[in-house]
Amino acid sequence: MTGGIPGAGSSPGVPGVDPEGPLPSGSNRSRILGGGDPGARNVWIAVASTAVFFGLAAVLIVSSPGWPEIKRTFFNGQVFAESFPKIVRQFGTNIFIFIVAEIFVLVVALFFAVLRSLPGPVFAPLRILAIGYTDVFRGIPTILVISLLGFGMPALQLQGLPKSEIFWAIVALVLVYSAYVAEVYRAGIESVHPSQTAAARSLGLSRMQSMRHVVLPQAVRRVIPPLLNDFIGLQKDSALVAFLGVIEGLQTANIISSAEFNYTPFVSLALVYLVITIPQTRFVDWLIARDRRRRQGGTVV
Amino acid sequence: MTVSGAGAAVSIEGLHKSFGDLQVLRGVDLEVADHEVICLIGASGSGKSTLLRCVNLIEPIDAGRIVVEGDEITAAGVEVNAIRRRIGIVFQSFNLFPHMSVLRNVTLAPVKVAGTPASRAEADARELLDRFGLADKAEEYPDRLSGGQQQRVAIVRALAMQPDIMLLDEVTSALDPELVAEVLDVIRELAGAGMTMLIATHEMGFARDIATRVCFLDDGVIAEQGPPEQLFGDPQQARTRQFLARIVAAGRM
Repeated sequence: MTGGIPGAGSSPGVPGVDPEGPLPSGSNRSRILGGGDPGARNVWIAVASTAVFFGLAAVLIVSSPGWPEIKRTFFNGQVFAESFPKIVRQFGTNIFIFIVAEIFVLVVALFFAVLRSLPGPVFAPLRILAIGYTDVFRGIPTILVISLLGFGMPALQLQGLPKSEIFWAIVALVLVYSAYVAEVYRAGIESVHPSQTAAARSLGLSRMQSMRHVVLPQAVRRVIPPLLNDFIGLQKDSALVAFLGVIEGLQTANIISSAEFNYTPFVSLALVYLVITIPQTRFVDWLIARDRRRRQGGTVV
Repeated sequence: MTVSGAGAAVSIEGLHKSFGDLQVLRGVDLEVADHEVICLIGASGSGKSTLLRCVNLIEPIDAGRIVVEGDEITAAGVEVNAIRRRIGIVFQSFNLFPHMSVLRNVTLAPVKVAGTPASRAEADARELLDRFGLADKAEEYPDRLSGGQQQRVAIVRALAMQPDIMLLDEVTSALDPELVAEVLDVIRELAGAGMTMLIATHEMGFARDIATRVCFLDDGVIAEQGPPEQLFGDPQQARTRQFLARIVAAGRM
């Protein structure tokens, strides 16, 4: 699985180990500018050095011998103008797929995470079921699960079984990503100190009430960054549906690319993905900072 | 079900508890009458906290029985959640719920467990918070309060369930010295109001001041017990004298 955007820096790699989340965006400015004192002079130095650095890099790239060829193949303005609107329109299918999948993943994953957290010998079969599920679906390539269900299920020709490739692609994505997200939830649940459960139980709350009102709210807050990482992975993997012949973003880019003998449509699609994923990481940074401010008062260090 | 020990608020008989090979409680017998304030003293590891956790059924016991207000709570098949409602416990580390406001911390159990209507529970909670000088903290989150304030909220949270008895497990041990007094004052007020309490503490001065009876735990049993003036002033057992001498030497009494 691919975890988010390298360098976006929003999410710890290991679920649940960083309950405080990333640095609040407020301190990013001075960090990027490279000094504790973001005075006007420092700002100008940073702007100037950045401009010089990227300017030189641009000049170097554009003046290199292969550049005109690269530009024509990947950054063709005319092909871009023609393909971009079509790709955006077909990308609606991807959005539909990943939004429906995400909603189900949130529920299914929580179910398996709670199942796996049940204590006592009586619940051993349920725990084994949950462990087996995550082991299997984390161990199989996503595209294989999509192929198995997307090609296999419609081929069964069974009465009452949906034949839509999109339906089975969503089922496959939910099965695979719920396995990951269940582990994220579980890490969050285990990161809540047992004394919280003890306090809840001592007040007379049942096991399920303690889970529902005390453990899960804290667990979910802590795992929002890794959860979003998995969601971004899911959004990107919605492109795998193209493999089933569904006309969505990637398939559209592919068709236009073949017709035009040009790869700019793929760059257009890449741009669409970046436009939807980067704001999400920024949004989560903001959520975490806000939550911490509310709990600890105005001073966010 | 009523058994012998009725009349007492809590009756503990032959209580044994081990963690693996470690025998923490080795036959504790203790009767607590209504409105009594009992302080449990003893070295760290003597079993004070474990005793309280057993009474709250947080720790399952190995042998013996515990009777609360006439009901044997250690019998098989008892409704654990119903029993816990009648026994309030306050922990050394507060254990407030950090994702809830003070008000929600206090009203959670009355609403979810006792089924009190939310508006009623809130009014009750505000009254309790007001009584313990926390009225202006109702909307705050626990992380924004001092340790002393957090511990007072934890006491209020336990009181909101209107327990028959309160168990206090070294409630001032995690506090900065200047915050201890405000928590002890709260406990003193509870004692004055007639709350039955079982208090594990290292605050000897406080124990002498507030307890109707002091129990010295050593080696998993109650080695000596009596009124505070007798236990602190004229201890009968050699090991009680040793323990108190160490406390005095450490400047804690």
